[in-house]
Amino acid sequence: MTQPPNAPKAVYRPLSPHLQVWRFHITMLTSILHRATGLALVVGAVLVAAWLVAIGLTASGCFPQAYTVFLSFAASPFGLFIWFGLSLAGFIHLTGGIRHLIWDMGLGFELKSANALSWWGLILGIALTVGFWAVLLATGKVVL
Amino acid sequence: MVELTLPKRSQIKTGKRYKAPSGAKNVRVYKIYRFDPETGENPRWDKYEVDSKAHGPMLLDSLIYIKNNVDSTLSFRRSCREGICGSCAMNIGGRNTLACTKGHDEFSGEITIAPLPHMPVVKDLVPDLSGFYAQYASVEPYLQSTTPDPEKERLQTPASRDKLDGLYECILCACCSTSCPSYWWNQDKYLGPAALLQAYRWIADSRDDKTKQRLESLEDPFKLYRCHTIMNCAQVCPKGLNPAKAIAEIKKMMPAK
Repeated sequence: MTQPPNAPKAVYRPLSPHLQVWRFHITMLTSILHRATGLALVVGAVLVAAWLVAIGLTASGCFPQAYTVFLSFAASPFGLFIWFGLSLAGFIHLTGGIRHLIWDMGLGFELKSANALSWWGLILGIALTVGFWAVLLATGKVVL
Repeated sequence: MVELTLPKRSQIKTGKRYKAPSGAKNVRVYKIYRFDPETGENPRWDKYEVDSKAHGPMLLDSLIYIKNNVDSTLSFRRSCREGICGSCAMNIGGRNTLACTKGHDEFSGEITIAPLPHMPVVKDLVPDLSGFYAQYASVEPYLQSTTPDPEKERLQTPASRDKLDGLYECILCACCSTSCPSYWWNQDKYLGPAALLQAYRWIADSRDDKTKQRLESLEDPFKLYRCHTIMNCAQVCPKGLNPAKAIAEIKKMMPAK
């Protein structure tokens, strides 16, 4: 980026608008969702680890009330809301991961296919989450 | 670095409104990004009311009409007016495209026109693309052969030639690179869709003998692998090309090199 010798130096050049003007595509939305759900799942992994620790503490007799304490959070309406959100993140991340596997094979790059993969990943992720909770509720694993 | 908002001096203020003459019909409002380097003031959105029947069908016709009849200070690049030079690439209605091949009747209501996103602005709709061109040069976009020049042209089978379809048509308008969020956040290190499509154009060329070296020079956490298949490049390419697919093909060749 060499300047001509008589060019005025250090002229301010503003940054043109980007997210401020951009109209989203479905592929951009699902790409962002894939990252966001991935981050959410890191938090989810900590919660699942806490669950396992609680089981361990109760089973080993170190802290027999541990599991009850954990359930008082995990089975509360707020706790269930968090689990629901995490399962939604998990299923959307799963379908997103499958979409990226297909793309990594060099397939599905036609715009129609790419858009369809994104839409179907989103719809399937939501459907799987609803189905998952329907089974949990129907079998009495989760009681509201 | 990811910065979701604009720097303070780049934030866009509300500007002037140029009213259509009273009694004008078919009035279309254009909301256009303005920046004047001579005042150095913050950029602004000016609004122009224009009789859309007074000029030709394309957005470039609208811009030329405004420059000729309403406000001669409006700056933008244009040349061929038929989608082959790539000069009039800009962000129209939230998507990057060529003003000369996009009809104003493809939009409803007010039409927002901004420079190509996340670039330094020289004036109004004119971005500084020197970084973009330097990246293009860095992929060495020319034939490199180890065999001596033949008497006539270098021959290629029709099947090999077919591999260049969808690659050679690129006009380097920068619509794709400046549509890419990865390029927005890391354009100092990530080559971006246009330069990578051009890199693949030579990797895929049966007459080029530097395939291995070309791949090795792209083996880098940023240059190539910042592509996360967001697909904005293919969504906006005014020539209907697919840089995301070309990048995927490069990634596929990496383990085998």
